[in-house]
Formats: sequence, structure tokens, C-alpha cells
Amino acid sequence: MPINYFLILSAFLFCAGAYGVLARRNSVLVLMSIELMLNAVNLNLVAFSTQVQNVSGQVFALFVITIAAAEVGIGLAIVLLIYRNLRSPDLDRVEQLKG
Amino acid sequence: MTPYFDYHALAPVIVLTAVTLIALVVDFVWKGSGRQAVPQIAGVGLLLALVPVFTLAADGETRVMFDGAYVVDDYALAFAAFFLIVGYVSLLLSYDYIAEGDFYQGEFYVLLLTSVLGMVIMASSRDLITIFVALETVSLPTFVLAGWRKHDTRSNEAAIKYFIIGVLSTAIMLYGMSLIFGMSGSTLLSDIYKTAGGDNPALFAVAIFLTLVGFAFKVSAVPFHWWAPDTYQGSPMPVTAFLSVASKAAGFVALLSVIFFGFFPSTDSWQPVLWVLAALSIIVGNLAALRQTDIIRMLAYSSIAQGGFILVPLAVAGTNDAAKSSFEAVIIYILIYAAMNLGAFACVIANARRTHSTAVSSFAGLGRTSPAVAVTFSIFLFSLAGIPPFAGWFAKFVMFRSVLDAGTPAAVVLGVIAAVFSVVAFFYYGQVIRQMWFHEPADLGETGPHKVPVALVAAMSITMVVVVVIGVYPQLFARIGDVAFPVV
Repeated sequence: MPINYFLILSAFLFCAGAYGVLARRNSVLVLMSIELMLNAVNLNLVAFSTQVQNVSGQVFALFVITIAAAEVGIGLAIVLLIYRNLRSPDLDRVEQLKG
Repeated sequence: MTPYFDYHALAPVIVLTAVTLIALVVDFVWKGSGRQAVPQIAGVGLLLALVPVFTLAADGETRVMFDGAYVVDDYALAFAAFFLIVGYVSLLLSYDYIAEGDFYQGEFYVLLLTSVLGMVIMASSRDLITIFVALETVSLPTFVLAGWRKHDTRSNEAAIKYFIIGVLSTAIMLYGMSLIFGMSGSTLLSDIYKTAGGDNPALFAVAIFLTLVGFAFKVSAVPFHWWAPDTYQGSPMPVTAFLSVASKAAGFVALLSVIFFGFFPSTDSWQPVLWVLAALSIIVGNLAALRQTDIIRMLAYSSIAQGGFILVPLAVAGTNDAAKSSFEAVIIYILIYAAMNLGAFACVIANARRTHSTAVSSFAGLGRTSPAVAVTFSIFLFSLAGIPPFAGWFAKFVMFRSVLDAGTPAAVVLGVIAAVFSVVAFFYYGQVIRQMWFHEPADLGETGPHKVPVALVAAMSITMVVVVVIGVYPQLFARIGDVAFPVV
């Protein structure tokens, strides 16, 4: 299977995730969009790892998965904090600080 | 096959990890007075981790582990020592702030130590995976620290903005790294250096661009800076100092490593990107700082501008013989910037304890009410503005030297931008100094404690010594850049 298929799929996933981060207002959906971007990265890494016959790409993907889990843990904690204080997961309502 | 472990080379990291765990357990087990010991444990731990750094430096041998993914050389040791000291000063800044707040104590220091641990690993990383893990070890605790004041919605906002930007930048950076891995077939920076994109330079340039965008978010370079003033303003003040110095410096160290050890041969792909980032950061950072009325926001924009000055040598590093002098310039600028910015934050914290305000106007008459703090703050502001005899001028000097070494029209244009906006910077630093010395103190009614606590005095003294000594006798620091320059 040519590697292009994987790359096109991962580019699509990455762009969908990036769009979600920028367009979505619900903080949980933003977190999910970021996960989508990280999964695009994992797909890339594993596909390349098979192509260039170097296992370190798969190791890299494992690290990305692990750290993404930690990130989501912290992210949800912050979202929960905001929900408690503002009674809403909506990012547009978080706007006291202005530059 | 067992991988080769050099325990001496890993000793700083091992000590730091052990102390972090001890601090965590002490905080967890002893509910009462034992908890008060956590900051002391953390402080001793940071200084203890310095010991193996010095023995390794005295030994002078370059130690390579894990096929070259983790290297302990002079460059790594210089930055390891730097991060440990910065961590210690940040701890001094936080001590009274945390002790007097209604916060949980221990976790704060555990998170701070974890972040410093990531920075020490970062200094030795020579591999995309290690750099990524180190960068996340630096960032993840700081997301929590930014939201430390749980019931303050402004602190919440700082945390969520910082978090989303942090994770987004990581995702973009990782996408670039995955493409780099695909084209060079390895995650080791030395292999990436050798292959330089192989037979697909165009895609390699895209990959480098994405990676640099990720780092630009981390070091808050314009146009990826807009989160920084909000996050800095909403976070607790000692955390802001830590973010604007330590985690920013960690981002720059990562940038320095990937550029000099990995991307260097593909000059055309990274140099223009950094040029634009540097120019925009200097222009936007300085202009936006001019119209700030809050000292924290002003320092946030000033740190964006200073970040632009640090990017200048990087942006000219690939031309002619500028490699060595720009490598030195970046290191020296980071070290000096850290000292003067931490010092400035120490003074802001000291003043905010008294006035309960971070407005620039709250500094009015500080020269009369507490002259010592006012003198100290003036020195740090003069240094940030680059006025001799304080260290800032030397940082600017090495920056301009690297521009002259490059000598191309593009480099000279960047140098001119930097020079013009260094002058603009005088205005906003000067505005604060004018408030302190030429304005009447405002009647604050009931004010906070006048006395500056010991920990803050210690933090001010350490940074002040660095700023004054380096400013008067810069040869001391010039050697660091000399020693650390790697033979690639």
C-alpha cells in the first residue's frame, strides 16, 4: 500500500482537528479536536516507521499517546474548574482578560 | 541488549526526581507542620542537583547515551546549572506568596520541581522523542500552576488559554516532527543533520516550518503571542515570573538544539521563518508594551520583545561565519534575560504586597516609601532597556555582533529594526522609573506589609549580583558561549 494514502488521511485528520480547535466554542469539543490532531501525528509516525524500517517512529507514537492522556487529564481538570465557577463549558464566556 | 547507563551523567536528573518524589510524599503523609518543610526540601533539592552538574563540568568529558539521544556536554551542563538556579530563584519568589495565600502548599513545589526536571532533560536532549518528552514535562505542570488560584476566574482563564495554546502548539510541532522522521528515517538530530531532508527538500521545508511554528507558540513569538499577556496577567505572580523566564528559556533551548544540531544545513528553510518571527516580535512587542497600564502586561509584552531579540542571532545563524557568534549570543542573551526579568518580577511582587495592585501607577513614589526596592527595580529596568553598566547592554552587544558577522542585507535590516526598537523600549521602561522617582506616593489608606520578606530579598540579591557583575565584567560570561559551542 503506498504511503501516500496514509499521509493524505492524516493530513485530513490534522486539518479537521485544527478546524475544530479554531471553530468550536465548547471546551470539551476543543479537547477532542486536539486529540484528532495528535492521532493524525500517530498515523504519520506509524506509517513512516513501516516505510523506513525504523522502530523509533512507533516508540514516538507510544510516547505521544501517553502524553496525550496526561494532557487530557489536565485539560479536563481545568475545564471542570471553569464549569464550577462559570456554570458553562463555553470558551466565549471566558473573556475577562483583554489585551 | 541492556542500554548503556552512565549514572554520573544522569545524577542531576536522578537527584531532582528523588527530591520531587520526597517532597510529594512529605506533603502527602505529614498533614500538619511537616508540610511546612516542603519548600525547604525543594530548595535544598535544587541546590543538591547542582553538585553533580559541577562534578560533571569539572570532569569535562562528553558523555553520550542511548545512541546519541541524550548527551551531557558543556552546552547541556551550562543550561542544566542555569535551569536549576532559575528554579531556585522562582522558588524564593513563590515562598511567601504561597505561604500567605489560602492555597495547598506542597503540590506547588512538586509541580515546580517537575517542570525544572523537564528543563534539565531538555538541555541534554538530542533526539526528537527526548525533546518532545522534555518539552511536555516542562509544560504540563505549568498549565496547573497557571490555574493555581482555583476560585479566581481570571486564573482559570489564564490556565485554559495557556493549556489550549500549549497543546495546540505541541500538536503542530509533532506533525512537523513526524514528517521530519519520515524523510530522514530517524529521530536523532545528528541523523537529521546528515540527511537534511534527503530527496524531498520542499516537504522538508514544510516540516521544519510546522516544527518552528510549534516552538514559536512556546516562546510566544509574534504572531503566536496573543495568549501570553492574558496568561501572565491571570496567573499567580511567581508563576508568571517562572513562565516568562524558565519555560520560555526551555523553549529557546529546544529551538537552539533543533536548529544547530538538526536543521542547520537546510538554511533556506528555517532562516526566513525565524527572521520574520524575530522582526515581528520586536516590533509588535515593543509597540504594544508602550500602551500598557498594568505592569504585568507591560512585562509580558516586554518579554515578547526580548524574545524577539533572542531570535535575532538565530535568524542570521546560517549566513557566512555567524554560526559560532550567534550560538554564543543566544546563550548569553537567555542567561542575562533570565536574571534581569526574574529580578524585575521580584520587585513587582514586593511592591504588590504593599499596594495590592499591579497598575503601573501603583509604583508612584516608591523611591520615597521604599527606596531599596525602587533602586533595585530601576537597575533591572535599566538592564532590560540595555543601558550600561548593567548586564542588558552586553546581551544586546553580542546580539548585534552576530548580526555584523552575518553581514548580509537581510541581517543588517534586522539589526536596524532591533536597534530602532531598543530605543522605543526606553519609553516604557522609563515610564515606570519616572513613576517611582518623580511622582508623589498615592495615599493607599490601609497598606500591606512594608517589609520585604527574606526570600524575596534573597531572590533580588542573586539576580542583582548577576546583572551587575556581568554588566561590569562581561568576560566572565563570554567564556560560557566559548566553551559550550559544539563541534558538529
